[in-house]
Amino acid sequence: MTSTVFVLVAAAIFGLGVHGLLVSAHIMRKLLALNLMLSALFLLLIVVPATLDGRPDPVPQALVLTGIVIAVSTTAFALALMVRLFGKQGHATILPDIDASLLGRRHDSHDNRHNNRHNNRHDSRRNSRRSPETDGEQGP
Amino acid sequence: MKSYDTLLLALVFIPLGTALVAVMLPPAHRRWAVLLGGLGWSCVLIPLSAAVAREQTLTLVFGGWSPPLGIGWRLDALGLIVLWVHALVGIAALPGAWQRFKPERPESGPFWSLWLILATGVNLAILAADLFNLYVALELTTLAAVALIATDDGIAALAAAMRYLLLAVFGSLMYVLGVGLVYAQTGSLAMHQPGLVELNNVALVLMLTGLMVKAAIFPLHVWLPHAYSNAPGPVAAIMSAVVGKVALVALWRVWFETAADPPALLSNLLGLIGAAAIVYGALAAYLQPRLKMVIAYSSISQFGFLLLLLPLACQQAFQGAGFHLLAHGLAKASMFLAAANIVTVLGSDSIRHLPGLDKRMPLEAFTLALAGVTLIGLPPSGGFTGKWMLLSAAWQVQGWFWMVLIMLSGLMSAAYVFRVLALTCFHPARRAVHHLHAKPPKITSLAALLLALLAVVIGLFPHPVLDLLGSGVPGAGP
Repeated sequence: MTSTVFVLVAAAIFGLGVHGLLVSAHIMRKLLALNLMLSALFLLLIVVPATLDGRPDPVPQALVLTGIVIAVSTTAFALALMVRLFGKQGHATILPDIDASLLGRRHDSHDNRHNNRHNNRHDSRRNSRRSPETDGEQGP
Repeated sequence: MKSYDTLLLALVFIPLGTALVAVMLPPAHRRWAVLLGGLGWSCVLIPLSAAVAREQTLTLVFGGWSPPLGIGWRLDALGLIVLWVHALVGIAALPGAWQRFKPERPESGPFWSLWLILATGVNLAILAADLFNLYVALELTTLAAVALIATDDGIAALAAAMRYLLLAVFGSLMYVLGVGLVYAQTGSLAMHQPGLVELNNVALVLMLTGLMVKAAIFPLHVWLPHAYSNAPGPVAAIMSAVVGKVALVALWRVWFETAADPPALLSNLLGLIGAAAIVYGALAAYLQPRLKMVIAYSSISQFGFLLLLLPLACQQAFQGAGFHLLAHGLAKASMFLAAANIVTVLGSDSIRHLPGLDKRMPLEAFTLALAGVTLIGLPPSGGFTGKWMLLSAAWQVQGWFWMVLIMLSGLMSAAYVFRVLALTCFHPARRAVHHLHAKPPKITSLAALLLALLAVVIGLFPHPVLDLLGSGVPGAGP
């Protein structure tokens, strides 16, 4: 019966982790949530196989040990990446508008002004034609 | 000790060893470690190919410990194809990476170390013969790939790397949860004994979901476009050619070689997800304002074909999907390498800057066109052979929906490829770009062109690859 308790606890912790991962914007909180989910996973891996034939099984424990090593190194690496990102952009969240396409487009609109000025000065005909800018700006 | 044991060991331990040596060597001598690590394991593939053709599957068990506590490796025809893509793309990407991260500069040590660790992870994931070692290898691959994306060090690249890392950790969590359930139920982690491991559907779906996040299959693809388009060109080439493919091959193996009898409903559902990926990726690629984004979304579209193997599930479909994997890997890597050169010269990959590119950078424009031929699947190319085999497989199992889809997908791929080509070659406003940067060395352009040519040439001589794949069908029906 204790194993049922463990499984229920693992499920509850896992659910908390999923909630945290989806709801929080801060990368630190997301990493904490992922670590919660990993803890629940390891608990489950240890408990569930042991319930089958009563005695502890060494294989899942070896697996969990490996899993913990991977989880620790991944978390350390993710934290280092987060610190680097924080240093660059001043906050540790992944904003949807920071993605590459939008950065590219902002860059483009700056170029547009430059090029249009150039076009007006040298070749006014070009503006009346269908220009590549309009193709480029169709993107979402 | 079998004759090929040392060769299998070399596949993993040459890049791993040189990765460790590369950080420790003084910068002036680092190039030798890089060359040995980058080229050394590729040479091993030649004798290994002969061994696979002779014995079909090669196995290796470490230290006499039998699985599940011991570690076993296994190489079959499909794994060999992926390794060849990896080797060819790795060699072709080397000049570009060399140019950008000169090994004799002190600060480029970590890059080369990560580059070799990525190679280690990919090779290990191909060789892994049990579900848990596959997880370890995929984690190694992901971490190295994330770090390589972050070498660009801009906000966009760092954010893309972070997003990829969070999603990949979530994906591997799902996968390990599935693996844990499999072990709890069956007490075995072996991958290659169909029927021995009777998967329950919860475990199967969890494992497939995890692998689909890592392979960037359509609804779980959100990390891919930014990760590929912000990574340095050679890294994007390796990632698009093999890193996503490795997770997909793992998915095939879980499906065909581990699951005893997956339900038909699930296979059709996964086929439909593949269909949605093909359509969505092509549409999104058509709308992108940046060349690298076009290529990245095209990857999402082409990955969809590899899922069609699950509902089709016959020998021809397996040959077709394997061939498509080979052709697409070569073509997509050549496009990313060409795009990297274009970014170097123009300072941007906005497609507004493409008009007139065929005059300024003819080799790159030709590479894009040639690789585009393979992506569309026009007759003499490798892409055609792969899609043709899939099409005839759909005919064989009377899957009319899949047939129509495969035929329409050619048109959709043509739309985004020709949009780029038309802007490059035929747009009336062939503007003069005021500020051209220095051209990269010609060898980087030639390497990209060579990959694109190879993707076409394998379509002219497809039989060695098809025969190899045909001999090693993993439990995929007749």
